Amino acid sequence: MPLSSTIYVLAIPFFMFLFLGLVGTKMPRKITGVIGVLGMAVTTIWAYAIAFTYFFGNGEGQMLDGVRQQIVTTDWTWLSFYADKLVVRLGVLLDPISAMMLIVISTVSFMVHLYSLGYMSDHDGNPEKGFQRYYADLALFTFSMLGLVVSTNIFQMFIFFEMVGVSSYLLIGFYYGQQPANHASKKAFIVTRLADLFFLIGILILSFYTETFDFKEIMGANGHDVCNAFTSAQGLTFMGCSVTGWALTFIFIGGAGKSAMYPLHIWLPDAMEGPTPVSALIHAATMVVAGVFLVARMFPLYVLEQGAMDIICVVGAFTAFYAAAVACTQSDIKRALAFSTISQIAFMMTSLAVSSANSKLIGGHEAGLGYMASMFHLFTHAMFKALLFLCTGAIIHAVHSNENSKMHGLHKFMPITSIAFLIGCLAIAGIPPFAGFFSKDEILVACYEKGIGWGLWMSMVAGMTAFYMFRIYYLIFFWKKHEVHGEHAPKDQPWTMTVPLIVLALISCVAGFVPFGKLVTWDGVQLETHLNLPVAGASVGIALIGIGLATVMYWKENPLPDKLATMFKGLWTASYRRFYMDELYQFITHKIIFQGISKPIAWFDRTIIDGFFNLLGNVTNSASFGIRKMQSGNVQGYVSYYIIGAVLLAAITGVVILFF
Amino acid sequence: MEIFSNMLIYFVIIPVLTLVGLALTKNKGIDAIRAVAVTGATALVALAIYLVVYFLHARAAGDTSDMLLQTSVTWYEPLNIKLALGVDGVSVVMILLSAFIVFAGVFASWKMDPLPKQFFLWFFLLSTGVFGFFISIDMFTMFMFYEVALIPMYLLIGVWGSGNKNYSAMKLTLMLMGGSAFLMLGLIGIYFHSASDGQSLTMNILEIAKNDAIPHQWQYYLFPLTFVGFGVLGAMFPFHTWSPDGHASAPTAVSMLHAGVLMKLGGYGCFRIAIFLMPFAAQQLGWIFLTLTGISIVYGAFSACVQTDLKYINANSSVSHCGMVLFAILMFNKTAMTGAVLQMLSHGLMTALFFALIGMIYGRTHTRDIRDMGGLMHIMPYLGVGYVIAGFASLGLPGLSGFVAEMTIFVGSFEHQDMFRRVLTIAATTSIVITAVYILRVVGKLLYGAVQDEHHRTLTDADATERISTATLILAVAIIGCFPNFFIDIIRDSFTPVVKALTSVM
Amino acid sequence: MFGCGLYGFITRKNMIAMLISLELMLNSVDINFVVFNRYLFPAQHEGMFFALFAIAIAAAETAVAIAIIINVYRLAKNVDINQITKLKF
Repeated sequence: MPLSSTIYVLAIPFFMFLFLGLVGTKMPRKITGVIGVLGMAVTTIWAYAIAFTYFFGNGEGQMLDGVRQQIVTTDWTWLSFYADKLVVRLGVLLDPISAMMLIVISTVSFMVHLYSLGYMSDHDGNPEKGFQRYYADLALFTFSMLGLVVSTNIFQMFIFFEMVGVSSYLLIGFYYGQQPANHASKKAFIVTRLADLFFLIGILILSFYTETFDFKEIMGANGHDVCNAFTSAQGLTFMGCSVTGWALTFIFIGGAGKSAMYPLHIWLPDAMEGPTPVSALIHAATMVVAGVFLVARMFPLYVLEQGAMDIICVVGAFTAFYAAAVACTQSDIKRALAFSTISQIAFMMTSLAVSSANSKLIGGHEAGLGYMASMFHLFTHAMFKALLFLCTGAIIHAVHSNENSKMHGLHKFMPITSIAFLIGCLAIAGIPPFAGFFSKDEILVACYEKGIGWGLWMSMVAGMTAFYMFRIYYLIFFWKKHEVHGEHAPKDQPWTMTVPLIVLALISCVAGFVPFGKLVTWDGVQLETHLNLPVAGASVGIALIGIGLATVMYWKENPLPDKLATMFKGLWTASYRRFYMDELYQFITHKIIFQGISKPIAWFDRTIIDGFFNLLGNVTNSASFGIRKMQSGNVQGYVSYYIIGAVLLAAITGVVILFF
Repeated sequence: MEIFSNMLIYFVIIPVLTLVGLALTKNKGIDAIRAVAVTGATALVALAIYLVVYFLHARAAGDTSDMLLQTSVTWYEPLNIKLALGVDGVSVVMILLSAFIVFAGVFASWKMDPLPKQFFLWFFLLSTGVFGFFISIDMFTMFMFYEVALIPMYLLIGVWGSGNKNYSAMKLTLMLMGGSAFLMLGLIGIYFHSASDGQSLTMNILEIAKNDAIPHQWQYYLFPLTFVGFGVLGAMFPFHTWSPDGHASAPTAVSMLHAGVLMKLGGYGCFRIAIFLMPFAAQQLGWIFLTLTGISIVYGAFSACVQTDLKYINANSSVSHCGMVLFAILMFNKTAMTGAVLQMLSHGLMTALFFALIGMIYGRTHTRDIRDMGGLMHIMPYLGVGYVIAGFASLGLPGLSGFVAEMTIFVGSFEHQDMFRRVLTIAATTSIVITAVYILRVVGKLLYGAVQDEHHRTLTDADATERISTATLILAVAIIGCFPNFFIDIIRDSFTPVVKALTSVM
Repeated sequence: MFGCGLYGFITRKNMIAMLISLELMLNSVDINFVVFNRYLFPAQHEGMFFALFAIAIAAAETAVAIAIIINVYRLAKNVDINQITKLKF
């Protein structure tokens, strides 16, 4: 497949969006769903073909002297700010990470499309209301996400960041009739929008100095030669830091909003109000990694700005721990998974950030290992997290609740789902030979290279990951016998929902063996990786400890968890309430922004400004009323005024004549 | 007559003919009235599109003069007042915008009651003024048409409005008239300094600019006068309060015209007269107005956050968006100014769309208070989706017009080296978040959630004429958003003279 | 005499009385014309002519005024200046 046809990978979902959104509403629901799935199937096949052509084909300049090249296949001038410079182009850029992302997005999206056929229907297979809209929005999201990863320039990235945000808004708010979904969608959009504001400011600063948006022009081919404008701008300082440092930090904040880094993570747990397949697609596998992708895309610049990298590193490491701590106590399984996602994405961020220390510019042996590990983890995480979410969806569809207290003991009823979930848990916990082991191992190696402290910290978080994932697993599938409510006993779901589970579970089993170092590196040069046995052994050991602890506490019903919860009541409650971050935000938005700024401004507008103009009007009015009395129509009055005036005039004239 | 060979004059003649046609119809003959109004509006759109094509053609053929289609007919010899016509890229797109809004406005007032004939008479008189303003390059003619556009507003709001309409109509008219008093002083001042000693005085903008004879100390007085005069119409802080009240009380089509076109006269005038003719004072005093417009942007957005009346929300958001127009014009570079025109286009279309939708919703629910409504998406999906699209355009979703306009403005504004302008730019960018807050707040309250009032369940969705008027506007918004370069190419070069004038006095 | 007429014109409410006051003022002006003419410019007679002219006009004006007053009286049964407000907007 010629690489120039990549544009169709984007065009098909966009067309599907228009078609399903405009025409689809007139068609029977089921047919639109099938059309949506078929469209996505074509997109997926196409994307795979493109990715394989890119990685393994030749003849289109994919490889040059053993270095994978960046190829721009489409370039359309969309908006030119200046006639000659600062032109926004919409194009398609293929390089290792975008090709990899094409695979990730299309795979997960296709699975979700297929899965939704079952999930968005009732138990008799009748699609629910808004089915067409659902598929149209999914197509829009897929389009935006694909557009994001193939961006040729930072402004295109920003455009698709916004598009992704909007489609996420639409999908979270799919059940718009319900208040929680409504609030959650609003919150998600506004928080990410706030982050995008910083992204925009970052773009403004960066593009001002480099005079271009284009990745290739800023960073050179494969990020090897960062343009002079950037390096010379590094010398300029603003408030003690270099302007490029500011720009890159702002851009990172943009990414942090989408990737739910602390403290901009608060929208993600609420976003779970959307349908579960949507959570799988957007809030686990694809959109939330947009921030990681952004930093990865601009990696050559970040490498030059150690300050920005340190910020990312700290934020990432802290978020990883924070989210893991919260995930340990959540009772809503989707929220628990959401925090797990935050934690895992923080892993990727940290991994990116630590890798600068051993990047090629510094000249270490394991050049850019963290970058590779981060992308690898992104890939494997997308697969197993989508799997976990889809399993959750199957469970929720069966028991109609998100709370784990309504589940317990489902293993007997839903064996396929249970096994798939277990595979997902093993993968995320980092047990060989499942996918997560390999990628997480690389991340830990990279962290240890940055410093023993970073390594130990992240290892601890990895152990917590194992613990809370198995806690969730046991609480859903074991703990005690399931009490059947109503007439339907929970069972494995129809094939449309189980097939995606099986496929993703298989991928989760084998994805770790992909020779990622050979395919995806920051500079296109292949990277030899080998298992670092001490680190690997230690991380497996920690994971096993975590699992063991979870088994002790949650395998069979016992009073231990409750006892611990009462023992550390303060801590437990704080963790359950997510360390009060939501309350803090609530305070800022309601008390400060609405009550503190908007209300006074509105009052000022009504009272002072309007008051001033009304006063002006009233003064004129009363003055007119005052002099109106003289115009009475009474002839005798007029004569009196006339006489008084004449006498006065005469007197004044006389005085003037006499004295001057 | 030579003047009739210039196609621009027909932008005035067509509305006037429509006026005559309307005058000939019977008071009750609603079909005839509609037919005449639609014919007039369609003719205007067709002519406007033809003008764009002509303009592109002329530019492509290498006509690089500042203004195309220039004609000048003497009107009053002693004062050298002429009917001088001419258009550049900015006027062309503004004319196109006005034609669109008038077209959509006619459909939005399809069921106007009472006195439909009189309504359309004033409506087209207003359009005459607007088109006349955009095609003139003579200050006197411009000012005359400007007044023609203002006065019908009083009756349109006072007679056909709703709510506190007398107050609003009076406030609007008085404040705008106050603005034109400033403006008139400024224009007369410019006139008396329009040529260096010995030459004959002129009202023609191009000649004044060429003569460049206004003494610097006079510019210090005349620039604020003209800028404030037009700024009042552009809803510049603190002269903006006529706008929310006017919007809230005006009938739908008038709100559309008001936000969509009338407020644009302000921005256009600021650029065409105040800055173009007095670049020195603009450079010197720009910072004052820049601060004021910067305040407008954030202030309008914040005050929109707590309003409960749908129209007040959008009126306040208009203050914010129009503030952005003036803000960008005051940045004095081509990119920001191009962005300003794009923003005018974008704001004109999307606000018109907003007001059209609000009018339709109000026509059904008979309330505009968002606390009394909810879940309308269940009941009127077409209007709901339209409203969401308008909201997205307003908060700057890529692919719709708001995004390109705002981004062009921000990128252009940030180009400045001095810290003051940059800090203001960054302050202005925060509006994109606040806009998201109030738009989503409205959408959440109005359209989503459970149905608030059970009586609303019986309401119907949009009918055919309503669909035509909203679909036209949505399409226009999307076209600007998807193909901005087409418009930018028309607009950008029109700023060459003014930017040259501005840089020459630095 | 002019002062008397003026005072009467301003203070009287009856239209007949006002008319009489008006006549008083006119006549005082006439007398002034004649007297000043005689003393200041004995060779000329413009003052005399003017006075005669004014008397003629005054006669016509009085006739019209009386006619109006009588008509007003017929309509309103009243000639008080403050009561006759029917024509006022």
